[in-house]
Formats: sequence, C-alpha cells, structure tokens
Amino acid sequence: MIALALGVGALFAVGTYLVLQRPLTRIVIGFALLGHAAVLLLLAAGGPPGLPPIIGTAGTGPVADPLPQAFALTAIVIAFGLTAFLLALAYRSWMQTRNDEVEDDLEDRRIQKLGRRDRSKGRP
Amino acid sequence: MRVIMVLPIALPLIAAALSLIAHRHMTVQRGIGLATLAATTVASAVLLIDVERNGITSVQVGGWPAPAGITLVADLFAAMMLLVSSITLLIVLVYAIAQRRTDEFAPTFHPVYLVLAAGVAMSFLSGDLFNLFVAFEVTLTASYVLITLGGGRAQIRSGMSYVVLNLLASTIFLSACGLAYAATGTVNMAQLSVRMAELPGGVREAIALTLLVAFGVKAAIFPLFNWLPDSYPTAPTPVSAVFAGLLTKVGVYAIIRTQTLFAPSDGASTLLLVIAALTMVTGVLGAMAQDDIKRLLSFHIVSQIGYMIMGLALFSVAGLAAAVFYVIHQIPVKTCLFLVDGIVETDTGTSSLNRLSGYARRAPVVGALFLAAALSLAGIPPLSGFVGKFALVEAGLAQGQWWIVAVSLVVSLITLYSMTKVWNGAFWGAPTSPASPERPDASAPTAGVQTATATAIATAERVRMVNARRGMVGATAALVCVTLSIALFARPIYDLASRSAEQLLDRDTYITAVLDR
Repeated sequence: MIALALGVGALFAVGTYLVLQRPLTRIVIGFALLGHAAVLLLLAAGGPPGLPPIIGTAGTGPVADPLPQAFALTAIVIAFGLTAFLLALAYRSWMQTRNDEVEDDLEDRRIQKLGRRDRSKGRP
Repeated sequence: MRVIMVLPIALPLIAAALSLIAHRHMTVQRGIGLATLAATTVASAVLLIDVERNGITSVQVGGWPAPAGITLVADLFAAMMLLVSSITLLIVLVYAIAQRRTDEFAPTFHPVYLVLAAGVAMSFLSGDLFNLFVAFEVTLTASYVLITLGGGRAQIRSGMSYVVLNLLASTIFLSACGLAYAATGTVNMAQLSVRMAELPGGVREAIALTLLVAFGVKAAIFPLFNWLPDSYPTAPTPVSAVFAGLLTKVGVYAIIRTQTLFAPSDGASTLLLVIAALTMVTGVLGAMAQDDIKRLLSFHIVSQIGYMIMGLALFSVAGLAAAVFYVIHQIPVKTCLFLVDGIVETDTGTSSLNRLSGYARRAPVVGALFLAAALSLAGIPPLSGFVGKFALVEAGLAQGQWWIVAVSLVVSLITLYSMTKVWNGAFWGAPTSPASPERPDASAPTAGVQTATATAIATAERVRMVNARRGMVGATAALVCVTLSIALFARPIYDLASRSAEQLLDRDTYITAVLDR
C-alpha cells in the first residue's frame, strides 16, 4: 500500500513537472503520466487485493472491490482516446509552425511588447 | 414517465451516430440535428413539468438498485438547466445551419455537436460522481473537436492550451472521485452526501476543495480562468456562442450541486465569497482593456460567473434562488451576444472596435438585438439581468454581507461602461463604409455572354448571402425573445428558482428520492 502511494506521488510529481514544460511532446507525456497516477489512485482507493469478484467462482476469503477497477478501466479508455487526440493536435501544430513549443497567448505577447517599449524609453 | 429522463441523453447520442453515417448528405445531417434537438427540448419541457408536479425523480439505469448502479436524478434545478440549454442548443444549430460556413466545411460538425448536447444533458441529470466525470469527458471531448474545427493556426494554438488545461482539470476530478471513494466507499451522490457528513472535517473539506478546483477550471472562477478569454474567440461563431453560453455554466452547475450536497455550510462561506468577488473584478477589468468584441465578451463570461458563485456562497434559499435565476438568464444572454458579434463579423469582416463604426445605421435590427442583450447583461431594469442582480443584492443584504454587495454593484456599473464602449465603438457614429463590401455589382464586368453568367452567379450568391443573413438574424432574434420572456415571466421563473433552491438546501429530499425508490 505504501509502495502504491509512493508510486502515485512520484507519477503526479513527474507528470506535473512535464506538463509545465514548453515542448508539446513533453506535455503529452506528462499528461499520460498524470492519467496513470489518477488510475493508480483509483486502484488504491479500492482497498487491499483479494479474490476475483465473480459470482459462482468466489471461494472463501476477502474479495477484491470490483467498482474501482471498473472506474480505472473507464478512465484508461478515456485517457487513451484523449492522448491520441493530443498527439494529433501536436502533429498539426508541428506541421504549421515547424516547432512544437507552446506559444504565448495574445495577452502575454501584448504585455511583452509594452514592456519592451517601456524599456526602450528608459522607464523601469 | 421515467423514460423521459433518458431521452435527452440517449436521443442525441443515437442521432450523432446516424449523422456520422450520413456525413455525405448535408441536408440529412441538418434534418437529423434539428429534429433531435427539437425532440430533446420537448422532452426537457415535459420533464420540467413532471418534476414541478411530482418532486425529485430518479431513474436507475440498467435496473441496478441505487448505490451500486448508475442513477439519473432530476430535480428542479437540473430540469430548468436542461430546458434552457436544450433551447439554446437548438437555436444555435439553426444559426449554424443558416450561416452555412461552419457545417459545410466540416462534415463532423453535426455529429460532434449532438454528442456535446448529450454530454451536457448527462452532466445535469447525473446522480453519480463517476458518471458525472464521464459526462464531463463526453462534453469536453466534443468541445475539443469543436474548438479546433477547421484547424487554423490560431485555433490550434489556443485549442492546445484549452485541451491541456481541461485535461489537467479532468485528472484532478478523477483523483477526487478516487479520494471520495477511498473515504466513503461510494460514488453515488446521495449516499456520498450522507457519508461525507460523517467524515472528519479535514477529510471532507479536502475532498470538497479538490472538487471545487476541478470544476473551478471548467467554470473559469478566479485564479483558474486564464484559458478562457484566449481560447473561446478563435472558434467559429456558433461554437464559441454555445461554449460561452453553456460550457462554463455546466461547471457552475457542478460546483453548486457538489458544494450543496457535500460541503453544506450554515452561513455564508467566506472562501467562496472571496473567490466570487475576485472573479467578478478581474473579469470585468480584463474586459475593459480589450479591443476585439469576442475577447471582450469572453472576459465578461468570467466576470458573470462571479455573480453565480456569490449566490452560492451565501448558502441561503434567497442566495441560491438568485444564483439559479442568474445562471438561467445568463445562458441565452451570453450566447446571444456572441451570435450578434458573428453577424457583425460576417457583414464587416472584423470584430475590432477600432475598425468598426456606425454599424447600427447599416443594420438597425442587429443593433437592437445587441442592445437588448447587452443591457440585460449589465442589469438595466426591465430586463432579466436586473431581476437576477436585484435578487442577489437582496440576498446579500439579508445575510449582512455588505462588502460583496458593494463589489457586485460596482462591477455591474463597469459592465455597463464596457457595454457602452462596444455600443459607441461598433454600433454608433458614422458608418465607415457606406456600401457593404460584399456587394459584387459595384464592379461592373465588361460585356458579352460572360457578363450574363457572371451576373447570374453574382445574383445567386447574393441571394444566398441575404438568405443566410436572414436566418442568422432570425435565430438571434429568437434567442433575444427567450431572454425577454425570462424578464417577462420573471415572477414564475423566480418562484421556480426559489423552490429549486429549497430543494438544493434540503438534502434529505434528494437523498430519499434517490435511495428509497
């Protein structure tokens, strides 16, 4: 359980770091790691492992909680589809601009321009 | 009667599949889209009447009993949101079809739009936290496709940040689901509500805050709104109109639903009040600095979200009633403003305030439509925005929260200033170009047979343009009529909002409606 918690923490940390980078490919990988972290968290939420929860085959002893596993499956499918979409978007962006950096948004660029103008006039 | 609850989700999904099959036949796609959304609107209206008469209803999808299966719940708030959003989706589809540009260049528009409708309906009706996550993902996936429709450079740039930020929020939401399940062993919202109350305060607050952050990104509340004004304006007009009207409000809906169920507070919540005030102020200040109408309106979306959060933060029947009324009024008004901007852009080729002038003289009807929606947004007396703001102010004063009332009034004044700026810049004054630029007969071709064909084509093109414009103006006028009727029937609608607020605060009715049937 501790190993699982540490794994979730590490994945969240690395994922967050990568998502904050400029190149799109890193963001995509970071997002994939974040998705894995969330899925592991769901599994951890299900409690300790046990026997397969299938009616008729269950022996004696504790049975695993099937609900978080169903959640995890759904989440994996969604994350898979969205990663594919993100990659397609990154490819399109690369086709158009020939680099995979995330550009500044309009407001940032406008403020940078104002800052440059101010500096050239010698104001702080 | 129970079937009616499934229809707003199932119909658009089935229709989306059919529409995808018919991707080569534009007319069929349009027919499917219009028929489905009209049917959804009727179903939502019937649902609202049913919920109004018989109280909260729930359906166990697949016949599995409540805590184990997926539950759909319709209370007054959900049913009202569903009806208003169905009407808005239908009218915007009419606009998109009239405009032609959006769906003719992208055969995927219709199916994806229908999936969006299904996702929005599912978000409103979901009574299960994980199902709510799935509903959000359905809505967002559709919105990712719609916002990058066409794939222009600016769209890809802004679409990228929109997608990445929303994915991040979804991951946080998913983690919140996991945490809630780990703490309580359920994701059924009614049962969660019971069990959350038994949890130690710290754990409960942690889960409620994680949910607030996840939905806060989607609803664009104060520190989390920066993606919105950058990404909405680049999408095609019908898309940005629907996003502006609906998507953020789905986030607000989720915030109201989860905060009232999981973290009810006895008096006003200071955290939410501060968030509300900062959202209002930063949004409206951002709007003041803008030159492009679409960007300006996008900042106003953020500012208006603050009012809804303010109503929730008061945690009183009056406050929540005002918040519910405000959301209901905001959806058509915001959509309308974006639609008007779309018409202005089609006519003049720009939406920059510096380049526009005297548009009202050229198109007085469009000017009047803008004025009605803009004054409603600012909260001028006979219009629906005034009723909402008045209710909010009254609720705030009843709770003794003077400062938030003061902030909301100042922000509303600045909103009026900002709307006047648009009116002065774009609609008033002398028209810049006396003749409309797309009138092809100005440059007379030389002579011969070619002239005849050229004129014929030009005339056909012009008839098409005139028809397109007529359709767009008609759709926008229909939406303005919706906002005007909200103002006209303010009393009954406010009574409904008030009753839905009582339902929101009285958790026991919700819980018994879900678990005991």
